[in-house]
Amino acid sequence: MAASILAVDDSASMRQMVSFTLKGAGYDVVEASDGVEALNIAKTRAVNLVITDVNMPNMDGISLIKELRALPGYRFTPLLMLTTESGVDKKQQGKAAGATGWIVKPFNPDQLLKTVSKVIS
Amino acid sequence: MSECANMGLLSQDHEEEGQGSQYLTFKLAGEYYGVGILQVQEIRGWEAATRLPNTPPHLKGVVNLRGNIVPVYDLRSWFGMPAAEYTKETVVIIVRVGHEGERRSMGMVVDEVSDVLVAKDDQVSATPSFNAAVPTEFLQGLVSDGDDMVMLLDLNSLAGSSATHHAEGMA
Amino acid sequence: MSIDMAQFHQVFFEESFEGLDVMENGLLNMDPGEIDPEEINSIFRAAHSIKGGSGTFGFTNVSEFTHVMETLLDEMRDGRRPVTGEAVNVLLASVDVLREMLTAAQDGGEPDEERVKEQHAELTRVLANADAPDGPAADAGHAAVAGGEFTQVEPVGWKIVFRPHQHLLRTGNDPLRIIRELGELGELAVICDTSELPPLNDLEPEDSYLSWELHLNEPVAKEEIDEIFEWIEDDCDFAVIPLLPEGYESATPTTATAEQAAVVADEAPPAPALKVLDPPPERRVSEDRRKEDERRKPSPGGKSGAGGSSIRVDTGKIDSLINMVGELVITQSMLGMLGEEFSMDKLARLREGLGQLERHTRELQESVMQIRMLPISFTFSRFPRLVHDLSNKLGKKIELEMSGENTEVDKTVIEKIGDPLVHLVRNSVDHGIEMPHERVAAGKPETGTVRLSAEHRGGNIVIEITDDGKGLARDRILQKGIQRGLVREEENLSDKQIFELIFQPGFSTAEQVSDVSGRGVGMDVVRRNINELGGSIEIDSEQGRGSTITIRLPLTLAILDGQSICVGGEIYIVPLASIIESIQVRKDMLRRVAGKGETFKLRDEYLPIVRMNEVFGIEEPKATEIEDGIVVVVEAGGSKCGLFVDDLLGQQQVVIKSLEANFGRVEGISGATILGDGSVALIMDIPGVIRLSRSNAPVSHPEMSMTA
Repeated sequence: MAASILAVDDSASMRQMVSFTLKGAGYDVVEASDGVEALNIAKTRAVNLVITDVNMPNMDGISLIKELRALPGYRFTPLLMLTTESGVDKKQQGKAAGATGWIVKPFNPDQLLKTVSKVIS
Repeated sequence: MSECANMGLLSQDHEEEGQGSQYLTFKLAGEYYGVGILQVQEIRGWEAATRLPNTPPHLKGVVNLRGNIVPVYDLRSWFGMPAAEYTKETVVIIVRVGHEGERRSMGMVVDEVSDVLVAKDDQVSATPSFNAAVPTEFLQGLVSDGDDMVMLLDLNSLAGSSATHHAEGMA
Repeated sequence: MSIDMAQFHQVFFEESFEGLDVMENGLLNMDPGEIDPEEINSIFRAAHSIKGGSGTFGFTNVSEFTHVMETLLDEMRDGRRPVTGEAVNVLLASVDVLREMLTAAQDGGEPDEERVKEQHAELTRVLANADAPDGPAADAGHAAVAGGEFTQVEPVGWKIVFRPHQHLLRTGNDPLRIIRELGELGELAVICDTSELPPLNDLEPEDSYLSWELHLNEPVAKEEIDEIFEWIEDDCDFAVIPLLPEGYESATPTTATAEQAAVVADEAPPAPALKVLDPPPERRVSEDRRKEDERRKPSPGGKSGAGGSSIRVDTGKIDSLINMVGELVITQSMLGMLGEEFSMDKLARLREGLGQLERHTRELQESVMQIRMLPISFTFSRFPRLVHDLSNKLGKKIELEMSGENTEVDKTVIEKIGDPLVHLVRNSVDHGIEMPHERVAAGKPETGTVRLSAEHRGGNIVIEITDDGKGLARDRILQKGIQRGLVREEENLSDKQIFELIFQPGFSTAEQVSDVSGRGVGMDVVRRNINELGGSIEIDSEQGRGSTITIRLPLTLAILDGQSICVGGEIYIVPLASIIESIQVRKDMLRRVAGKGETFKLRDEYLPIVRMNEVFGIEEPKATEIEDGIVVVVEAGGSKCGLFVDDLLGQQQVVIKSLEANFGRVEGISGATILGDGSVALIMDIPGVIRLSRSNAPVSHPEMSMTA
């Protein structure tokens, strides 16, 4: 069964790009446009990896990560943040919230795939 | 008409380079005319067209072509030939004219459809200046087919003339 | 695997332009006195998204420019910088430049470089004038450099001590992954230290107790190893020690904590407990040092999605459409089966099936039309800025009130109503609202109000533009009308009829033609544009108090409610919206009026009779005597008349088909439709019919209904 990934970003073009890239590599992808939507999805189905942007309306990425870690099914799930180069403190905040790691924007599809394949074996 | 013109519309035999272009030929008041086959969209029997008010008499009106509204012209009337009664054989040739981005369809009422003619470019001669029924600006050239002479219509010039909308622009 | 990024560009541009609107509106609404944190956040997010997307999709100039804006906004939202009017203005101007840059990117062209540079400098200047205690946030990426000193000698490998903290697993990181990645760099020998493992009873399965000593026999760059540990720096202890060729002292351990020293000091050659197979070492490029040429040129040769425009549709709407089509298919196959072997006893089921077909088709039709509906806010959104800038320029004080922005209208309306509305709003601002001192002198509040509203009323959309300015100069308009021969002096015209004159071509009573409006090319074009949308426009005004312009538009553009009529065996459709009533006229109601032809009396007016057979050149109408036929009273553009036809047929909804696709315009005809029997019926264009009838009338004269 294909590994499933939850991709969260309020930018539709980013979501599309991420989704398209990952699906092309055989992953099953679910999309959400903010933290609230993502959390609801995560509560109803298990995914193998969550990739989330940080700046989103309704619930930002860091809060999402915090909430996900509190769910029993997500205590060890890899959770990755999409962050910009200059966001030093964001990385720290993310880690404090329980993030596994980050992918720096802008990134190209190959980098995304490489990182994802490292994390989902 | 000579046998060599007896090709089906879908004939592939003459697709090779140098074999020439295909024309659909038809009859109008005893004379043969032709149009490039690539411009022919379909051939239908005559059905009543809806007249457009204040339009020249050779514009019979518009018909429904699979949901599209297409004008139909009577070529005899357009070219000043005597009118003919519409019979079971009367046929409307629907052609598609124009260039990239601006194509339109229109129908032409003719007496009957004849065969597909293949002619190489060097077989087409310029229209002579003698008084042909059709004004020379609408003719692409002449081609002989056995004993007969086929006048090739320049559809783009026909479709572009003001006669499509007004009576004054006619032959 | 190479993916063509260009397929995402269209969506990126759409959402970026939307983001620009969010930014612009947000900035316009910002009140330096009271900052709404959520508002600033949404402006920041919009900039952030544009920056991120443009970087990802290769529009680096956009990304760089937006980065500066984002930095400024970030400081504002954090409270590190006050929101000043100056900063807001600079940001607003930057939004304009950004819009230009995005448009250029979309069209495959180049923006005005000078302007970009100028604006960039402005932004930087504002940023530099920081009241903020600390300067702009450090731009440099935080490279996870583990520090360290290298000896002159190049290491032949590395000794890595890796001890995850207890909680490491709870970050979703897996030590085995780290080891695996190290193994990808080269030949790796692994020793696992289980000394910390507690007895089974005390074992917390979610904690990590193991640690490893790994020997990487490959002269890779230290950064490559550091990168693997980047994410878990704080969640583990690790030391990376260079292994030197025979005969050299081992270098000072780097980032070694005191506890590691013991492990590190162990010089015993590693007895590989696990030998990791070595895949070819991958050249790993640190994400922080990404300098790849990802410069992908925007799609060459023009706009993305050239020609075709697009709409974003809620997927829920699409799902329900799919369901409806499913229902339709079921009904169709049921009818198909019935038709295969039909016998009269199945008639009831046939009727039932046809009824279902009608219902499903109607539902589908309504839903699909719905998809093309967008809130009119798309058109209204430009007006706050427009009024703001324009009133500043003219030195007037004007407040714009808008309501009904959520009113949904067809996409084509959104596209085509913009320009006419701009013209009308500009009129209100330029000619309607007076200068502040004039208003005060007239006992009005200094600030004028322009109100823009939209609502569904009846089967129509009604858009109103109201202002509390000085109103239309009735007498001046009348004078001008007389001057131009549009009206005769003795005619007693109502105010409404006088205002109608404004819609005549070339009509303008403005004393000075400002470049804003008033060249007189406007109102007739506005009316024509609105007519083309199938709508109507009216103006009402009270001198000194203000004016109201009312625009009525049909809800859907492709479907028309029509009344079928026939003349001489030909069927025409009259748009129901223009019909006032249909009556039978008796001979004694007729009166011939000099210069107006045949008229008939309707209540207190005499309206001209328009014989359709004459207007359309139909040769043999069934009815020639007035009482043998029907008169359909219609109204268009303020004029009324009665169309004389043979008969009324039914009323029905018709789908409008274009005549222009294959033919062209015909005066008096607005389009065609296909009747149930497959034949074509023409749809009348009432203003055109009226024009045609006048050109046949004995004296060319604008028709006005006359009071008895």
